[in-house]
Amino acid sequence: MTTTADPTTLEIGKARTRKEDARLITGRTKYTDSITPHGTLHISVVRSPLAHATITGVDKSAAEQAPGVIGVYTAADLGVEAVGLPCAWPITPDQKAPQRPLLAVKTVHFAGEGVAVVVARTVAEARDAADLVEIDYDPLEPVLDMEAAIAPGATLVHPELETNESATWVFDAGAAGTGGSVDEAIAAAEADADSVVVKRRFIQQRLIPAFMEPRSAVCDPSGEQITLWAATQVPHILRTMTTVTLGVPESKLRVIAPDVGGGFGGKIGVLPEEMLTVVLAQKLGKPIKWTETRSESLLAAHHGRDQIQDITITAKKDGTVTGLDVHLLADMGAYLGLVGPGVPILGAFMFNAIYKFPAYKFTCTNVFTTKTLTDAYRGAGRPEATFAVERIMDELAVELGRDPMELRQQNWIKHEEFPFTTVVGLTYDTGNYEQATDQAMETFDYAGLRREQEERRKNNDPVQLGIGISTFTEMCGLAPSRVLGSLAYGAGGWEAASIRMLATGKVEVITGASAHGQGHETAFSQIVADQLGVPFEDVEILHGDTQISPKGLDTYGSRSLVVGGIAIVKAAEKVIAKAKKLAAHLLEASEDDIEFSGGQFTVRGTDKGKAIQELAFAAFMAHDYPEDMEPSLDSDAVFDPENFSYPHGTHLAAIEIDTETGHVDLRKYVCVDDIGTVINPLIVEGQVHGGLAQGIAQALFEEANYDDQGTLVNGTFVDYTLPSAADLPNFDTATVSTPATSNPLGVKGVGEAGTIASTPAIVNGVIDALRHLGVTNVEMPCTSQRVWRAIQDAKGNATQETPIATHSPGAGLGSIDPNNPQGETE
Amino acid sequence: MAQVRVTVDGVNYADDVEPRTLLVHYLREQLGKTGTLVGCDTSNCGACTVHLNGQSVKSCSVLAVQADGAEVTTIEGIARDGKLHPVQEAFNEFHALQCGYCTPGMIMQAIDLLGDNPDPDEHEVREGIEGNLCRCTGYQNIVRAVQGAAQKMKPGATADAPATASVAGGGS
Repeated sequence: MTTTADPTTLEIGKARTRKEDARLITGRTKYTDSITPHGTLHISVVRSPLAHATITGVDKSAAEQAPGVIGVYTAADLGVEAVGLPCAWPITPDQKAPQRPLLAVKTVHFAGEGVAVVVARTVAEARDAADLVEIDYDPLEPVLDMEAAIAPGATLVHPELETNESATWVFDAGAAGTGGSVDEAIAAAEADADSVVVKRRFIQQRLIPAFMEPRSAVCDPSGEQITLWAATQVPHILRTMTTVTLGVPESKLRVIAPDVGGGFGGKIGVLPEEMLTVVLAQKLGKPIKWTETRSESLLAAHHGRDQIQDITITAKKDGTVTGLDVHLLADMGAYLGLVGPGVPILGAFMFNAIYKFPAYKFTCTNVFTTKTLTDAYRGAGRPEATFAVERIMDELAVELGRDPMELRQQNWIKHEEFPFTTVVGLTYDTGNYEQATDQAMETFDYAGLRREQEERRKNNDPVQLGIGISTFTEMCGLAPSRVLGSLAYGAGGWEAASIRMLATGKVEVITGASAHGQGHETAFSQIVADQLGVPFEDVEILHGDTQISPKGLDTYGSRSLVVGGIAIVKAAEKVIAKAKKLAAHLLEASEDDIEFSGGQFTVRGTDKGKAIQELAFAAFMAHDYPEDMEPSLDSDAVFDPENFSYPHGTHLAAIEIDTETGHVDLRKYVCVDDIGTVINPLIVEGQVHGGLAQGIAQALFEEANYDDQGTLVNGTFVDYTLPSAADLPNFDTATVSTPATSNPLGVKGVGEAGTIASTPAIVNGVIDALRHLGVTNVEMPCTSQRVWRAIQDAKGNATQETPIATHSPGAGLGSIDPNNPQGETE
Repeated sequence: MAQVRVTVDGVNYADDVEPRTLLVHYLREQLGKTGTLVGCDTSNCGACTVHLNGQSVKSCSVLAVQADGAEVTTIEGIARDGKLHPVQEAFNEFHALQCGYCTPGMIMQAIDLLGDNPDPDEHEVREGIEGNLCRCTGYQNIVRAVQGAAQKMKPGATADAPATASVAGGGS
């Protein structure tokens, strides 16, 4: 039956292979699209090909006559014209938030927006019939450029709002009393011959999260509770928001996130299609399934990033930074997503990063355009902030003629200065930037590569070397509920856990943080094994079903371990307290004399004791237990963090550029991350690798491009170029640890670190390779073509527009020229 | 309707299918072989990779009728007598998967690669799995796993490791 764990071997820190792999490597998985209750009907959404248009007619007759078609419906047919999808983050009291319908009612606001839905017996029949729905449109002017959109006289995406500006959100350290006025800092620097002011504009291109599992939802209305399976990161939020959206009582809804094939923020949301499955299941009394095609996903699932960043930094000529001013324009797309407007605001507290800026101001204007809406994408606000500050630190170093690492060292928070309260008022509890940097520079051979770079420059080598630096931090563990309250977020940031001690000594742990690839089942089992002194194998982690795990706030923002894991620790502490009381009773000892270690409750100074499994059985039998307790060791906990956690790290990239072709080769990548206590080094390494790949992809490969009519031109995996194995090198990753003091495990979170840190490291490296040639900037993604053009521009050579035929679609190096996405020759 | 006779993971099937039915949809929807997944609609991602007569194919780019008379092996058919295939074991051992969605296709492609090249170097593995996209792992551990599996599968590496040829053959 159940064995007791060896108390001398701790699970935390062990490179356990993952429990969840057994089903994933054998095809035994249940992703949403593999769930098909008997009698399921399938839907296909008819989407607008135009970015902005008035709907003048919908002819459903041919579709309705097609084989297998149960019905074709518009919003009016379903009576859902007044239903709007939720936005949970009113960043300002006067934020403009248009109604986001389930299906467009009179006007379509982006290419890909649903206009009608077909229900049929099979997927193929639904899709065939969707092609037969005739919709007439009167085209309207698309709104594509953020600056033009907020200029006077601009075409309005939502005329009833009378503006394309959703909100402007300001954080001024001077006004908040957390730091100095940046306006004064800039004025002082401008008047001071011993100071410099450096201004730069950076572009965060539009990205697509591109999780591998397309989104899917199945709604079965046959039970007392309507069951909604969904490929979602947020089953609990989805349940509550389905109630808010459709009025179905929350107690009548069960949401299940089965195996979910990646999310990266892209599966945080309440989707029109999910709500359509609920509406149609209720209407037709049959299970309804929706699974998107990849092309639909790239077109209509929310996108990420898309900011224009105007950054001003001031510094003394000795290198000491004196102020940072941040002006952002953030493209919301056509509507506000569930947390979309708050994404840039999550960056507001991170632009100052690891540096001791005395003055700081952040201003962000959220703008509507006729594009797919944007929302969370891995890092959500923090990659944008990190990119800008790490790029401007390099620019400042150039301005001052300093080594960029040395300039960072001069300005960062020293390890002996922790805990340190930053210019935005956040208190970084722990960190050691020197340690991570020293180790990274040694592994990287920073000095040796600088020498090689010098050689190559001197020899005018056609292949030039660049060294890219990113010394980043992030705020993780979203989030202290009171902080979210102060930011007007529509929920808290706690997480819930329960532990059930079964009669036979096995342990069921229920968590509200549901994984979609992160390995919670393994990492949480390791934590519980140590907390309760039970074998790793005896712990079962249950999640992702509101009937099993009724309470939770789900998985995003590197919160699962830092918030959800701590909730589990708190529940375990309660189990131990109950078990101690029962042990004292059964052992006829005072509770104060009971000691707990390695799963054993012993009477101090004796060899008398009970294993936790024996106590679980005794509680189950309930033949003999103290009068002032219930016969159960089961416990619940809700943990609300008091602070964020602040992982940090030093990332270094060696970039080789063929100056004759513009080809960028990532020769070497070294990172040393401080993520506090490591629960499972295998999982941590995997998270870092994957994070790096996504951050590097932003720097080198990916961009969602729209043409001048507002059509997404790279809406398939042929031309939205995710990196393949052949596009990436091996990474040299390592961790150091200064445990967090804000939680009992000392953990900080790792899900987003690689993505946040790597993008500026790569771009700094690309520009560093070319700086001596006169190149001052290359926009992301830094494709061969862009790099080559930058070199030619710096040389003063005119370049011809490249026809589309010479691009290399699918080659992993950004095949579309955003200035000429259709490849038209002029 | 067209008739298709096919052996999938060692079981013989005879079915009527619409001529346009893709092999992947036949496997998933008619045979219930939901271990094989669909990740795109342009045959770029490789999530649907299976073996057709011992060669890896993207089952979204093969019609079910083209598999008539053929032997198909999916991710559900590579474990033998309750023992995982060495590539499956290596994916677990080297943490070569996170969300698992690309994994069935990636494993099937890796087995095919090792059939062609039993001892690939890092570059050869990267080139060999280029047609299978993964968004979670950054590929590094997948490369390690494929190379690790190659070591396990070397003739004589372990007593019970299947010979390379029969692995690549994928049949029963």
